[in-house]
Amino acid sequence: MGFTAVLKKKTKFFTIDVELSCPDGQTLALIGPSGSGKTTIIRMLAGLVTPDEGRIVYRDRVFFDSARGVNLSPQKRKLGYVFQDYSLFPHLTLYGNAAFAAHDRSDVDSLMDFFGLTALANRKPHEVSGGERQRCAVCQALARNPHLLLLDEPFSALDVVTRRLLRNELKKITETRTFPVVYVTHDVTEALFIGNTVLPIVAGSVDREWLERIVTPATETDTRNKAARTTKLALAY
Amino acid sequence: MELLPLYLSAKLASIATLILIGIAAPLAYLLTNSSWPGRSFVEALFNLPIALPPTVIGFYLLFLLGPRGSVGEVWERLFGGPLLFTFTGIVIASIFYSLPFAIQPIKASFEKIDPRLKENAYVLGLSPAATFFRVIIPNSINGIAAAAILVFLHTMGAFGVVLMVGGSVAGETRVASIAIYEAVESMQYEKAWALSLAFIPISYCFLLLVNKLTRK
Repeated sequence: MGFTAVLKKKTKFFTIDVELSCPDGQTLALIGPSGSGKTTIIRMLAGLVTPDEGRIVYRDRVFFDSARGVNLSPQKRKLGYVFQDYSLFPHLTLYGNAAFAAHDRSDVDSLMDFFGLTALANRKPHEVSGGERQRCAVCQALARNPHLLLLDEPFSALDVVTRRLLRNELKKITETRTFPVVYVTHDVTEALFIGNTVLPIVAGSVDREWLERIVTPATETDTRNKAARTTKLALAY
Repeated sequence: MELLPLYLSAKLASIATLILIGIAAPLAYLLTNSSWPGRSFVEALFNLPIALPPTVIGFYLLFLLGPRGSVGEVWERLFGGPLLFTFTGIVIASIFYSLPFAIQPIKASFEKIDPRLKENAYVLGLSPAATFFRVIIPNSINGIAAAAILVFLHTMGAFGVVLMVGGSVAGETRVASIAIYEAVESMQYEKAWALSLAFIPISYCFLLLVNKLTRK
């Protein structure tokens, strides 16, 4: 169950060549430096970018299969997608945004309540803070009861305290859901906190050693730093 | 002051503006949001009236809308009457003449919209047409209003095209700009002054409104 994806896409600087999978109810965190291809990968899952080759399957539904010429439009994939910022519709209130693609209004009410947005329901996006906007964006994505929830650095434009609050709220709510979640971030702590699985992406490919190097900049011979690395990893996990 | 030419100008401009916005908004969206072969050729064709002298446009339209022209012939067969020297004829001529002045500002306001809004609408299940009506139009309403005012003013001031296609039939095609020209020709300067002065406050107030709408 869940989804599996094999993706190949030539970009200007490198070729993205990855295999991803995530079971239902779990979160896959994609981590990597800026420009490593994480966003292109999540956009391929959403159908906003077409892979050169590959296959994306959610349960028994084929979203994309280059061999069979299948390429479902983003509309048909029934996804929740949270962009980094500015994706709320400026002409609608927070409630209008959250309910934009919702099937059930009571879902919207309970999500707005969970994220503490009920009192701000009639405000427009420009009248609330960045944190409140992103909470609303998560509500919008969840309210359509998606097959797959995709989040592209959703909290990276926020201050540290708000970011921590939001990722706690997100983790809490996604734990109650049954769909797979893909979370893109360049923040190691965030990836380790949110993800059941963490996949480091560097220059379009999976590079597990990169994560190790990021968490441990010290040499293996420096025992003090080695101890610090162990502590850091333990804390992060 | 003879108000009939001013009334005709305002009626012509209002009808042409309404039709033009309906035509120009989807065309501007197609030109902004898609890449198809020959797009730049089609866009240049729509913009041709900006570069051509109004009398040249009028000359071509005279033949197109005339009884032997393709549009004029079909029109006569359908409705039993001619298009030349009629109010309907000058409405059609004004639409051709003012089309780029509607497309360009609407296209500019569409281009200002963050592409992520369109992508978000698609991901949320909206078709391109639904995205146009539910996301693009509401978020460019000021730009569309500004375009409507500019087109209205541009059509109010149309002279060469209207003269070629409509002539100067009193109460039918003798709009204010033609009435002013004829008043000057017949040395009725008082009449020409009165009609000309009427344009200043109308145009000035509308341009102030355009500035306000496009300031954001």
